[in-house]
Amino acid sequence: METLLSSFDIIARWDVVAALLIGSIGGVLVGALPGVGAAVAIAIMLPATFMLEPIVGITALLGIYGSSMFGGAIPAILVNTPGTPVNALTTYDGFPMTQRGEARRALGLAYSASFFGGIFSIVCLMLFAPVLAKVAPMFGSREIFLAALLGIVLVILTHRGQVLAAAMLACFGIFLQTIGLEGTGYTQRYTFGQGWLQNGIDLIVVVLGIFAISQALVLFLDKDKNFPMPHVGKKGFFRTMGELWIFRRIAVAGSAFGVFCGMIPGVGEFMSQFMSYSYAQRTSKTPELFGKGNPEGLVASEAANNSVPAAAMVPLLALGIPGEELTAMMLSVFYVHNVIPGPALFANQMDFVLALYLCLIILNVLVVLFLFLATDTLMKVMLIPNRFLGMMILTFSLIGVYSLRNALTDVFVAAGFGVFGMILKRLDYPTSPVILGIVLGGLMEDKLRTSMARVVTPWDFIDRPIAFILFVMILAAVGLHIWTMWKARHGEKIDELHSDAHS
Amino acid sequence: MPDGDQEPHVFPLGRKPGELLFCAAFLIFAAALLAMIGWQTSWIAGKGLAAQPRLWPAISLGGMVLAGAILWARTRNVQRTPGRWREAATWLRSLEFVGWYVLYVMGIPVVGYLPATILFCVLLTLRLGYRSRMAMLSALGFALFVVLTFKTAFNVKIPGGALYELAPGGLRYILIRYF
Repeated sequence: METLLSSFDIIARWDVVAALLIGSIGGVLVGALPGVGAAVAIAIMLPATFMLEPIVGITALLGIYGSSMFGGAIPAILVNTPGTPVNALTTYDGFPMTQRGEARRALGLAYSASFFGGIFSIVCLMLFAPVLAKVAPMFGSREIFLAALLGIVLVILTHRGQVLAAAMLACFGIFLQTIGLEGTGYTQRYTFGQGWLQNGIDLIVVVLGIFAISQALVLFLDKDKNFPMPHVGKKGFFRTMGELWIFRRIAVAGSAFGVFCGMIPGVGEFMSQFMSYSYAQRTSKTPELFGKGNPEGLVASEAANNSVPAAAMVPLLALGIPGEELTAMMLSVFYVHNVIPGPALFANQMDFVLALYLCLIILNVLVVLFLFLATDTLMKVMLIPNRFLGMMILTFSLIGVYSLRNALTDVFVAAGFGVFGMILKRLDYPTSPVILGIVLGGLMEDKLRTSMARVVTPWDFIDRPIAFILFVMILAAVGLHIWTMWKARHGEKIDELHSDAHS
Repeated sequence: MPDGDQEPHVFPLGRKPGELLFCAAFLIFAAALLAMIGWQTSWIAGKGLAAQPRLWPAISLGGMVLAGAILWARTRNVQRTPGRWREAATWLRSLEFVGWYVLYVMGIPVVGYLPATILFCVLLTLRLGYRSRMAMLSALGFALFVVLTFKTAFNVKIPGGALYELAPGGLRYILIRYF
């Protein structure tokens, strides 16, 4: 109770509330703009928060992180274009509902499902926090190394159809973090005698290049899209939001899947939505209507995706391990503001952790109120032409890149990664493994080095319970993937035999 | 959900224009870096494997080459979509906008953040084909918003322009400090 009161004390300040309000509204705005997304917004805004107090800066960016998916549902439902990639499943049932003239109902359900998912996951985590505070100190170097390795493995394996590309790009990320003067022997690695490479390649520069500049280039090279805007209006919004009660079973299950998947590094929103949607379809009385405007599908998708951000903060805050690109961004936010996530944070600053969870609760309330009042205005934001939006992103991205050190080399590096990211995006290759490779690669190198000092035989590495469990999880993840792959290929062969027999 | 999404795949099912080109270029890049490992990293005698500076570059570059080689080999064997060189030309076309960006950054220490941002936003808007008065005013308004928010209000560290030095005393300070 004392910890909870202390956490209230941390956030009961006008500047924290203002930062949360600005971040939340900003997050909804960028979420509603197809082609921007929270990662771009956080990358752009991060340098602007350098001079703010840690709790104020973190709260502003946490607002963007936690609210973008609310906004992303709007274009997904109204114009069949997800505002953020994780809203893709929302289009399946949201847009057909709009075509049937039920846009307001679809939006109301999406907002209420997102709100429910968000609050559900935060309450779960607040209840779970004391347990976590006890478990987190049990993570030593070995356990953190294995957890980071599990994160990398899962990030690669969850990119279905692109496992090799994801592996290649994750390795590229790991390589990037090795560049520069290494910390133990002070030897140079891949600096080619260049002074500007000695400090390594800054994560923020890479992030701005791969997320922001690349997105601007993608938009420049594309044609402007014209969306026909349906009329939504405000009348009856609360009534449609209340309709969630009818779908409470789906909302609870979806949120639970979100919490579960969010807590496992590398799994995140996509897997939780897939599981939630599959469950909803399997248990529905009308499974044939999924993909044709079934509100159950919409609730399953939105409840699951919005319960992930809070849950994903668990490995991030407790172990310092990000699960996907947005949490990797949030990790750099914490580092920039001198808050070092890890077991020590949970053990010594539990009030700070709870304060962040309280902020997430407040932002969910703020966002729903804002959406209730401003959905019509938000729809106008979607009318900004794509290429003009590209110009805006490029202008914003300069602030992040150039204000770091006022170095022209940073600009060239960011521009280079911008072109690289643009090519990846045009080829539909994933960009997040690069960022996670940079973040987790450094962590793995450091933790392996410190843990090996106390390891004599390979068995010593996994002779502690948590290390052993993590090791088994890695083996299980790889084994399960190989098994499902073999099963799928075997099935294909049987299908081929059947088709040969028929022909 | 489409059925294809439910099946796991390691290997690509089809390839996009330019994909093989990218895979080949990436593979060559990774192999060249791996070939340099002997003179770009060190091996410290007497230290354990985990503490060797060469270990992680070797793991990561080895992984890039291995995954890249398998991806390239598999990509070669799947059905291609024509348009490889047209796609490569599109990638090169993006360099024009990179050029705009670099010019913008180089212009800041010369003309100052406010004038450089206004020029960049308005001229790039024109280049992108938006010629209406509304578009010009939007670009101008956006440029002012960016400078007033980040430099004036948030005091983000961006250098003043050499042009500002020509202004008289008090105004010069205000221009350098806030714009």
